Amino acid sequence: MDAKDILGLHKNSFPSSLDNKKSRPPKESQRKPDGISREVYALTGGMPPLMPSIDASQLKKKPPTHEKVTWQWLPFTNSARKDDLHLYHWVSHNVRVVNGVLPTGDYSFAKYNKSVDIIKYTDEEYEKYLTDPMWTKEETNELFDLCERFDLRFVVIADRFPSSRTVEELKDRYYSVLRAILLARAASSGDIATHPIIKEPYNVSQEMERKRALSMVLSQTRQQEKRDEEVLIEAKRIAELRMASKVTEQSQLAVASNADAELTERAVPGETVSPSNVQLPQMVVPSADNASTLASLRMLRVYLRTYALEQMVQASNATAGVRTIKRVEQTLQDLGVNLKPRVPTKAVCAEHLELRREILTWLNLQKQVQYKEAEGSSFRDGSYGETPGTPKDRTFIPDSLNFGGERVGKKDQKRKGHGAPPTAAHKRPRKQKASDL
Amino acid sequence: MSQSQTLPLKRHQDENPRDDDSSDIKPSRLKISLPSEDSDKKILIKRVKDVEICVPIVYGTIAFFLGRKASESQSHKWTVYVRGASNEDLSAVVKRVVFQLHPSFNNPTRVVESPPFEISECGWGEFEIAITLFFHSDACEKQLDLYHHLKLYPEDESGPQNTKRPVVIESYNEVVFPEPSEAFLARVQNHPAVVVPRLPDGLNLPSPVPVEPMNDKERGDTKDHPLNHWFLNFSEADELLKLAAARQQVQAHIVKLRRQLTLMEGLPQSKQPSG
Repeated sequence: MDAKDILGLHKNSFPSSLDNKKSRPPKESQRKPDGISREVYALTGGMPPLMPSIDASQLKKKPPTHEKVTWQWLPFTNSARKDDLHLYHWVSHNVRVVNGVLPTGDYSFAKYNKSVDIIKYTDEEYEKYLTDPMWTKEETNELFDLCERFDLRFVVIADRFPSSRTVEELKDRYYSVLRAILLARAASSGDIATHPIIKEPYNVSQEMERKRALSMVLSQTRQQEKRDEEVLIEAKRIAELRMASKVTEQSQLAVASNADAELTERAVPGETVSPSNVQLPQMVVPSADNASTLASLRMLRVYLRTYALEQMVQASNATAGVRTIKRVEQTLQDLGVNLKPRVPTKAVCAEHLELRREILTWLNLQKQVQYKEAEGSSFRDGSYGETPGTPKDRTFIPDSLNFGGERVGKKDQKRKGHGAPPTAAHKRPRKQKASDL
Repeated sequence: MSQSQTLPLKRHQDENPRDDDSSDIKPSRLKISLPSEDSDKKILIKRVKDVEICVPIVYGTIAFFLGRKASESQSHKWTVYVRGASNEDLSAVVKRVVFQLHPSFNNPTRVVESPPFEISECGWGEFEIAITLFFHSDACEKQLDLYHHLKLYPEDESGPQNTKRPVVIESYNEVVFPEPSEAFLARVQNHPAVVVPRLPDGLNLPSPVPVEPMNDKERGDTKDHPLNHWFLNFSEADELLKLAAARQQVQAHIVKLRRQLTLMEGLPQSKQPSG
């Protein structure tokens, strides 16, 4: 009984679950379109596609069976042929056919029989305009005949030509004859001025040279390619060295004072040398940037002061991100300074550039302070009160970082609430924490 | 490899360009360069290194509303010009100026061969004017392009326009010649329109060869120009003051932050968790 009950229950549950299953698929199939599987439909985002998709169910169907097609064996002529050849072929009953009579229209492929209109000259014209020491009349006639037959396919013509002439020679003769005839026949020179051969006559020597050069490039062996590349790289290196020599000269002049400082510091024991060494690369990198900009400016024979300033600003902005650059510009505005000086003299531009650099330094320092702060907080784990010195600093920071430092304020609030490092905006503190633990 | 730019050859340096460490730190004053255009003539132009001369210029437009005389197609009379910043004669440096006007004007390319370098026209529309400066051959073979937007209508559209008050838009800029040729420098070193820094000692310049004067008038300066009381004043003093003040502020902030950093550096170490 229990078993039955259990079974009954089971049975009940089964049918119910089965029902569920049964009810669910029909519902689903109502939602999804038939023809494509559910998964594929989900790929499109569960929405019907904008373009009508191919109805897959249609693909499996058999093509529509029309009524029986009858065919007729009928004669036809081809207008493209010059002889009067009558041939026969099957014509389906789809095309309108009156018993035995040909379907209307020409042989459908006749229209593809295109040919080039080759000019025809008379003997008189030949005597007057076309004589050439290199060509006999027979040869010229033969050439034109072949041109007609082979639709100006000169490679074939050259092959078929009785005496051995190169493709360029044949082309040259054909085009010069064509040109001469056109010029002779034209009523005025203006009529044919637009004809391609008149505008750009065939240039044999140029063509031969071009083909020769092309074949040379194509037939270059791999070794030659490598050698050419090497030569180009060498040339580039020499050019860069020339620029570099200018740059090092410039940076030598610019960093001359620093070099002196370095020399004196060498006398002092080791520790002081390292900070100066550390400092020097930091100094050199920005001055190298500027030095190369200055060098490139000197290469111009003339330039505008505003252009020079733009280039220098770009060079100093090169290491900064877009956000930083925006912050610099905001700071300039807040300080009441024009983003582009109104009176860009040499002194003004120099001051402007220095100001920008100083603002960048300031922003970097702000970041460093924030960083240090976050470091400090990750150690503290939310308990503030114990740290004696920091409250003072805390009050300092919002003050000085008011210039575009709203984020810092928010950071403070978050930390006070949860004691966890700030989330989305600052990835650095989190990383710091992980590495420390 | 062919270089389209000039090939600088330093007098005192070796042929081998890699020899940088051994080269003398004192750069040679004079540099010989081959101009790109005269490759067949092979004329050597002696250029003076480390002497940068500049020509301060002002360019812009002055537009008058024509008032009663205005018509649909000609509501304003305007002048576009390039002048020396202190109204000195630019023709010692500038050979000619080409103003490219809107294509709706007759002959939109206006060439001015002598000072004052300006074009006056009547019209109704605002557009960008391209101004190209061409210099004398001893100064520079290349041209310099400037762009200026012609403004006819004043910023504040309060009330009808005054025929007596023009809309003046001027821009200050400086044309810099980083390494002038000896001939150019000799010619302009005492010219009021050109700013020449203190020349190094021992510099021997050739005697100046004057360029053919293109002016039919005697004076090319704009000191007595009919519109000169509308010219704006550009003094670097104000800007320099502002910049200096801004720099001071920023430097103060930097000092404060540096101090903070050193203070903060002491603290975390004492708070380091054990284990």
